[in-house]
Amino acid sequence: MKLDRRTWFVILLLMALAALPLVATLAGQEFQIAQFRRILIFAIAAVSLDLILGYGGMVCFGHAAFFGVGAYVVAILNWHAGREVPLIGTWMGTNNVLVTWTAAVLVSGGAAFLIGLVSLRTTGIYFIMITLAFAQMIYFFFVSLRAYGGDDGLRFDGDTVAFGLIDTQDDAAFYYLVLAVLCGVLYAGRRMVNSRFGMVVQACRENERRMKALGFPTARYKLAAFAIAGATAGLAGALFAAHESYISPSIMHWTRSGDLIVMVVLGGMGTLFGPVVGALAFLFLEKTLPDYTEHWMVVFGPILLLLVLFARRGIFGWFLPKEERDGGSH
Amino acid sequence: MATLLFLEQTLNGLQLGVTLFLMAAGLTLVFGIMNMVNLAHGSLYMVGAFLTATFSQWTGSFALAVPLAVAGTFVVGLAVETVALRTLYARDHLDQVLATFGLILFFNELVKIVWGPVAIFIDVPAFLSGRVELIPGAPYPVYRLVVLAVGLAVALGLWWLIAKTRIGMLIRAGASNREMIGALGVDIKRLYTLVFALGAALAALAGAMAGPIYVVEIGMGDSMLIKTFVVIVIGGIGSIRGAFVAAIIVGVVDTFGRIVPAQLGLPTAIAEMAIYILMAAVLFWKPAGLFAARA
Repeated sequence: MKLDRRTWFVILLLMALAALPLVATLAGQEFQIAQFRRILIFAIAAVSLDLILGYGGMVCFGHAAFFGVGAYVVAILNWHAGREVPLIGTWMGTNNVLVTWTAAVLVSGGAAFLIGLVSLRTTGIYFIMITLAFAQMIYFFFVSLRAYGGDDGLRFDGDTVAFGLIDTQDDAAFYYLVLAVLCGVLYAGRRMVNSRFGMVVQACRENERRMKALGFPTARYKLAAFAIAGATAGLAGALFAAHESYISPSIMHWTRSGDLIVMVVLGGMGTLFGPVVGALAFLFLEKTLPDYTEHWMVVFGPILLLLVLFARRGIFGWFLPKEERDGGSH
Repeated sequence: MATLLFLEQTLNGLQLGVTLFLMAAGLTLVFGIMNMVNLAHGSLYMVGAFLTATFSQWTGSFALAVPLAVAGTFVVGLAVETVALRTLYARDHLDQVLATFGLILFFNELVKIVWGPVAIFIDVPAFLSGRVELIPGAPYPVYRLVVLAVGLAVALGLWWLIAKTRIGMLIRAGASNREMIGALGVDIKRLYTLVFALGAALAALAGAMAGPIYVVEIGMGDSMLIKTFVVIVIGGIGSIRGAFVAAIIVGVVDTFGRIVPAQLGLPTAIAEMAIYILMAAVLFWKPAGLFAARA
């Protein structure tokens, strides 16, 4: 079997990520494991955004809100369990990740469903701004939620043994759990975009009017894609909460939604794996540029501008076979 | 007492409304004519406020500083349009969002380099610092009334410019069919640059006048930008009239959203959320806004 450049790139990068904890430990830089775990969590969120941004052509400018909702669900359930304060009736919440992470996925998916219900009535500029506005609404909701720390955020003790076998206190074990989730999301995403459902969503991006004329209930397809993306972002948020043991509204600040879009486009949108590369590149730059100058944003802003003007395909786009480069997503 | 509070808050709401209108007018024109999403509009508001702070230090006069800052930001607008944005008009919205997001990062950091990270306070100029008993029993700051008056005057001037002058005619023509007026021999590039810089100047005026009321700080334009988005989405993109009506509505709703829930014993969480709920409601019934300029 002959593998193309793209497949080689994906395999090599995933192998490098799998080897990272070992290398970091041997190099005596264990702190890098947690660093990269954080990056992988954002990569999951970026991949989920790519599902609607790249494949669905829906420029969602509020994706960080779903990430934040997922994180808050985990944080609040854990906080109640830790403090033994009743959440609903006599139920004290829980720190069983099976429950908390599932709840995070369901609640953020539900939120995305409701927001999509209103937002998807609009297109173009309106859609960009209404998703931004809804994200702001959620952001301010958590800012004003005094009972859960408001602006200051919420610290909590999470489950230390996920699924009864993975020790989340162990940096490497948790890292591999996150990497496995990322691979799972990538696999499921690949299956989804190549399925009939995924084809319909992509066709809506190309020409929604024609799809309607062909008899497809396009609104329902787009809404389903939007809710799935929101739920996946919520899963990333749940991992993030477990990773930090702390959560504050700042993770759903609107600039965070912008960052996610940057990751997707920087890596190559409409490629699923591109956003992983984008997240790695973006968060790496965010970490290293400040070492050179305190005012790194003055460099980073124009880089973004140039990227948009001259390198639309993104980093991963360079590795795509020629026929997929020119056609494909726009 | 409740009536006094009501009247006072109405004035506050109207004053926020006209400030939002100054922001929204420029943004909605850029949307309507160039079909361009400009996230960096809030940065121009910030630049206007910072320039006002500097000019009023240099000249010692706030009244002199405001026109200087507006002119300065007009020039910044010209430069930004020519260097960066011009190439983006033909691109899709995602590209515009990304590129202007980059501009926000750039401007926030540039302002930090030039003015430092510390917030600046501008004093209300002495001749405007008093209070006037417009409503018996509730003295109201003169400065805020002046802001309201200037905002309304500019709104009127803008209406005159767009409805009665030749440039305004071109702007309206550009909003309804830009290819056509290009084909008719109008220098559309120059028109675009002019419209953008005009929007920048209006944003700067909003920022300059907001300086003494709020704080002049980095990122001050960002929250304003999002409120402005709400305004133009409610008003209908590209419609100046819609922007005006929506700006007043949003200004009043936002102001009352901060006091009414607390008085009724409702959770104060609604305060910041009120305008977004309003926007969602409007879009649910009228997806193209109240005064849709184009189908």
